[in-house]
Amino acid sequence: MRHLPLIAGFCLLAAAMPVWADRIGDISETSVIEQAKRFFSFRDPSVRYALIGSVLLGISCGLMGGFIVVRKMALFGDTLSHAVLPGVALGFLWNMEKDPVAIFIGATLAGLLGGAMVALIRQTTRLKEDTALGIVLASFFAVGICLLTRIQKMPGNKGGLDEFLFGSAASIGRSDIILMAVVTSLAVLLVGLFYKEFLVTSFDAAFARAAGFPVNIINYALTLLLAFSVVVALRAVGVVLVSAMLITPAAAAYLLTDRMHRLLGLAALFGVISGAVGAFISFLTTNIPTGPLMVVAATMVFALAFFFGPHHGVLMRWWRQKSRSARVQRENTLKAVYHVLEAREFDGEGVSLRELAERRRETLDEARAQSDALCKHHMATLHDDGDAIHLTPEGWQRACEIVRNHRLWELYLTNEANIAPDHVHEDAEIIEHVLGEETVRELERALNHATRDPHGRVIPGLADLVSGSTPFGSPETVTGYTSR
Amino acid sequence: MNELLPVFEWQQHVIAPWTTGLKSTLWIVLMGFFVATACGLLGNYLILRRMALVGDAISHSVLAGIGVAVVLALQLDTATLFIAALAAGMATTLIIEIIHRYTRVKQDAAIGIAFTSLFALGVILISFKSGKVHIDTECVLYGEVALVPLENFHLSLTPALVGAIDKLPMSEVYLRGNELVMAPDVVRMGFVALAVALLVWVFYKELLVSSFDPALAFSLGINATFVHYALMALLSVVVVSAFESVGAILVVAMLILPGATAHLLSARLPVILALTVLHAALGTLLGFHLATWLNCSIAGAFVVAGMALFLLAWLLSPHDGLLAQWHRRRNLKLEPPEEISSTSSAGN
Repeated sequence: MRHLPLIAGFCLLAAAMPVWADRIGDISETSVIEQAKRFFSFRDPSVRYALIGSVLLGISCGLMGGFIVVRKMALFGDTLSHAVLPGVALGFLWNMEKDPVAIFIGATLAGLLGGAMVALIRQTTRLKEDTALGIVLASFFAVGICLLTRIQKMPGNKGGLDEFLFGSAASIGRSDIILMAVVTSLAVLLVGLFYKEFLVTSFDAAFARAAGFPVNIINYALTLLLAFSVVVALRAVGVVLVSAMLITPAAAAYLLTDRMHRLLGLAALFGVISGAVGAFISFLTTNIPTGPLMVVAATMVFALAFFFGPHHGVLMRWWRQKSRSARVQRENTLKAVYHVLEAREFDGEGVSLRELAERRRETLDEARAQSDALCKHHMATLHDDGDAIHLTPEGWQRACEIVRNHRLWELYLTNEANIAPDHVHEDAEIIEHVLGEETVRELERALNHATRDPHGRVIPGLADLVSGSTPFGSPETVTGYTSR
Repeated sequence: MNELLPVFEWQQHVIAPWTTGLKSTLWIVLMGFFVATACGLLGNYLILRRMALVGDAISHSVLAGIGVAVVLALQLDTATLFIAALAAGMATTLIIEIIHRYTRVKQDAAIGIAFTSLFALGVILISFKSGKVHIDTECVLYGEVALVPLENFHLSLTPALVGAIDKLPMSEVYLRGNELVMAPDVVRMGFVALAVALLVWVFYKELLVSSFDPALAFSLGINATFVHYALMALLSVVVVSAFESVGAILVVAMLILPGATAHLLSARLPVILALTVLHAALGTLLGFHLATWLNCSIAGAFVVAGMALFLLAWLLSPHDGLLAQWHRRRNLKLEPPEEISSTSSAGN
């Protein structure tokens, strides 16, 4: 909805500015920088039309694309976009010129007919959805190709009809822009007004039906709006690649957010960006059609979201996973230090690296690397020329927490889940790193603040954690809890 | 509107191509038949495995492979094309797999993203070089069977062979003196179709079992993953050899329409395979004459004729057709409810 003023502003701009520059396509020999200057000066009406057109198509495709991506109807969008081709040809035949309104009506009708045929094939035959989509896609496209090639061999002015295949932003005229603006505003308005209805039917059709929403009518409306957005994008992107402008920006937005209204906004934004970038590059070059450039721009946006998305991005997830496994590794080292100290009844200063390596059955180098990691996180300090480590208060607290989590969980499994004591260790090894303080409190309550684990060892208690006391007291002072 | 449909003349549009224009007619019809047969036989398995749209994806992204080959200024000979197609097909499968596995984007959207990007890339790469290479972007979409180079493949024969071949029907088309004259692309497509038919015949059991019941296939020792990738590889090769004549999008129709029509008429795989070949032959013949009549894209007309056959089968199929369904439903309504209950109890 918030894009409406923007659209209106662009439309006014387009209508009010006098047409004083010639079309950019007329200039054959200019440098890239020259062309870029022309583009950004916005003096050419064709530049303005192309830009406004790509903004409009970005908005309408992004909006509808958001719905088809969450509805898993992406390939239905592909089919619909191919099925409009015969309608384009028939709209042209109406009075043998590129009349935007006639082409719009023809294309929309053809798209809806294609959608209806998919539904009919699925209802009345054993053929599955993918086959039905493929049949309609290719057959309608073939009819369109036959009509187009036929028209090209007929007498009369029929130039530029093949622009509808791959798109040409430079050929967008004023009447195209007006039509695109009207259709896009209609789509934005309808989605804004019936947002709740579209949302509910998209995510939970059964609930929507039970709640009394007219699900069928909403689905028809969505198909109609989808056909609209395909037709809006047709001139600039072309029949073949419209589906990419529906799917790719919306899929990129889907990677970045969990809220539908944000998804729709982001999808529209990405659509606008890729449309504008595609239009810009197609002005710099001479013989590359606009549609593929816009699609490649959209793919770039998707790739960025795929790698760098803050939550679902591959790199972020990889980094999170790496830091998590490093933390688990550190905590295991702390636990080993605790075990070594416990084995000699908390007697003596610190732990030598040799003892640590023996405890974890590792080489001395590995033990050294791990104690370095601990030192880096201020959980331990190195002593005796780097041969022994002493835990800092924080390190000691975390070590006690981990050991406590481990032993509490073992006890819980034996007492409450009736698992044999020699089978609980593996599970506790995993859960000790993820137990939160609240869960620990609950466990302690459930176990009546027990002090010994199933193997008879002491569970470190609150006093060790809060006071951050040094590990060099007697076992009694370390345990904290008095036994019952 | 009158100019759209020229007057249909039996003599000019049906008889003449087979008499005066026999040479080009035969090659074009053969090409169409080979393409439709190779695609249709493979397409059957795509339909059974619910992978019809993966066929769509691969047929689009083959263009990226061709584009890369064009930019690297490679000769577009058979081997290069096949390698480019294989690489592109595998890249598509891989991209779909990566997007599907590492993000929460669903499979259908992943397919949509993968093939549109590769197709767009292919178009851009080819447009860069379109001045120097004979591929143009419209040809990419719907191909042109009529542009398939004719008769630059010559083979000298021994007199004994010439005598034998001379007795074959229509020998004036491919025999010049003591030389065998052929259209190389048609011959190549013929070999591809033959290879597909042979593979389908030899690995009939493996394909059947792994398509219908992957678990049973596994217990029989059939590697379903291998069958899947082999199918994808074969698909890439077939698509790229059909590319020049029918283009990237119409090849989808060639893949799906024959099989879908056959599926409406029968539920037995051998019958379906036979019907697929029949559909390919009929669709090609009818399509050729449609194109001669309307003077439009031949490949497009092949598909329109194939679609007409599909619509006929949909309407008239003896068991699943719309008419048969309608008829059954009408008969059902006429029967009184008592009779139904009595027959069902008698059956028990």
